[in-house]
Amino acid sequence: MADESGEIRSYTMNFGPQHPASHGVLRLVMEMEGETIMRIDPHIGLLHRGTEKLAESKPFNHSIGYMDRLDYVSMMCNEHAYVRAIEQLMGVEPPPRAQWIRTMFDEITRILNHLMWIGSNALDLGAMAVFLYAFREREELMDCYEAVSGTRMHATYYRPGGVYRDLPGKMIQYHESPWHKGKDLARMNQWREGSMLDFLDAFAEDFQHKVDEYEELLTDNRIWKQRTVDIGIVSPERAKALGFSGPMLRASGVEWDLRKTQPYAKYAEVDFDIPVGTRGDCYDRYLVRVNEMRQSALIIRQCVKWLRANPGPVMVNNYKVAPPKREDMKESMEALIHWFKLFSEGYSVPAGETYAAVEAPKGEFGCYLVSDGANKPFRVHLRAPSFPHLASIDELTRGHMLPDVVAMIGTYDLVFGEVDR
Amino acid sequence: MSQTMPQQLADLLRARFAGHLSNVTLAHGQATVEVTAAHLVEVCTALRDEADFHFEQLTDLCGIDFLGYGEGEIPESDTATSQGFGRGVTGTTAPGRFDWAGRQPHPQILRRFAAVVHLLSFAHNARLRIRCFAPEDALPVLPTLTSVWPSANWYEREAFDLFGIVFEGHPDLRRILTDYGFVGHPFRKDFPLIGNVEVRYDPEAKRVVYEPVTSVTPRVTVARVVREDSRWLTSQTEAADDWKDN
Repeated sequence: MADESGEIRSYTMNFGPQHPASHGVLRLVMEMEGETIMRIDPHIGLLHRGTEKLAESKPFNHSIGYMDRLDYVSMMCNEHAYVRAIEQLMGVEPPPRAQWIRTMFDEITRILNHLMWIGSNALDLGAMAVFLYAFREREELMDCYEAVSGTRMHATYYRPGGVYRDLPGKMIQYHESPWHKGKDLARMNQWREGSMLDFLDAFAEDFQHKVDEYEELLTDNRIWKQRTVDIGIVSPERAKALGFSGPMLRASGVEWDLRKTQPYAKYAEVDFDIPVGTRGDCYDRYLVRVNEMRQSALIIRQCVKWLRANPGPVMVNNYKVAPPKREDMKESMEALIHWFKLFSEGYSVPAGETYAAVEAPKGEFGCYLVSDGANKPFRVHLRAPSFPHLASIDELTRGHMLPDVVAMIGTYDLVFGEVDR
Repeated sequence: MSQTMPQQLADLLRARFAGHLSNVTLAHGQATVEVTAAHLVEVCTALRDEADFHFEQLTDLCGIDFLGYGEGEIPESDTATSQGFGRGVTGTTAPGRFDWAGRQPHPQILRRFAAVVHLLSFAHNARLRIRCFAPEDALPVLPTLTSVWPSANWYEREAFDLFGIVFEGHPDLRRILTDYGFVGHPFRKDFPLIGNVEVRYDPEAKRVVYEPVTSVTPRVTVARVVREDSRWLTSQTEAADDWKDN
């Protein structure tokens, strides 16, 4: 704002919490000089639901569903961290098939997340079409979620000791309707004639071409490059010190991926590459994530191959952790007792503490779990990757223009369910 | 990238910080150390800078309130009456209403509040957990780690907001997750799960008003029980077996 003498003074501007580019409920209080950012103070917590406190008041298994609602575009990865923490404390190891299923669904989740990110980031920066393309594929993967768990998003599919049930033998199909009929319907159901694994295999094979389509729209796009190249550069040292993880860290040139360095589930047995950036700007983060989608599709195909060849149980055969079969419960008294005990009181986890981290699509999602030997956790702390990422926004956007803040918010891949918890 | 195993790390820590660490433990393949508040910054700076450790990242920091640790909500079997166990949890025995002064003494837990820090070393592919108890229970104060790792900034604000742990020397210790004008520290065990106030729109005053909670009552669906039995031994032996034979 100019005063009477014509001098420019800095002013404060509010951004959000109800703004299409704020990715939920982010409120930024920005001190600006003209269009230049002098200081940003993010106000978070508008979606704070006290997940960690709620988890303390419930038996362990009841909180798995809350994990879906943290980062609500990478649901199963959050479950994975929580479930692994419980398994570590109990000393339970899920059967190999369950671990392969988890590996596969972690990668499905990664693609789901990155599709959401590429769509919304491009939309923030003015490219409408990518969003439509990305959601076309998201729909297919959400159907996989639905096929195994019955819900499209909040699956509660991973359980301590394995996964809730085995993969369905038949993939869900589109039904005939006034909008889907004839040739159209046949095309939509083309991959869905066989099992879910057949569907996923066909999807993952074709997905590389789909990624080509997104890249066609963005990678060499002049406007896209103008908005992202050299915006929000982070040096590798600074990225480490600021607590970055996942693609945010790798785009700065740090070759660090928990799936490689501290492998869990079956990541040690699958073959994939870690894309790494060189400059650490928004454009590099874009390239890293796009390439991660390609790698995820490759991992899915490897998992499909193994899962097709190796049937087996998907849950530990330990009735202290996992319920017996429902049919057994009708016949056997032992099974009935276990069933009753497990669903009324739950299981008590031995006293101790552990930190289990997974490479979630946004970065390191960790679960610090303290148990005092009770059937409810004593303390759960969830380490959400977006929390330290967002904390750096002041440092990274100082001196940038206002539109660059939108580019930064997009590149952080923020979801407020996990920032606010 | 070299690899430091947790056991190796624990030995290195014992050798380097002999006087400053009260406890070095290994559990579930993770090393945990306890540091006194007075030595926290000194130890952390060394952990970040020295070639043996090189913990470049503070991955996580959180507060913890040990009120009610190891206490259940169902009376012990010797206190059960002829009518059986009491299932409902009311009065001072309910969760969030444990009494710190009348607690059962616990060998490891001498203070009520602690901050737990998780560190990550990229160079050695190692993780380390540091626990630092606040010397005072009434007003927990700990030194800030923002000068060592900048990522501690928001984590300490969170621990301050939710547990009321004051980080001395923090540049900007404001609430972060709770509402503007919030009173109390909600993650303390003596803060009720239903909260202290509720909001509604008052059509007469034509604004949102805060009132004491009346719409819900504290309720426990599943009582908290602490079980020390042989089941985990059994399950561990079972897990050691091949799953097909079970």
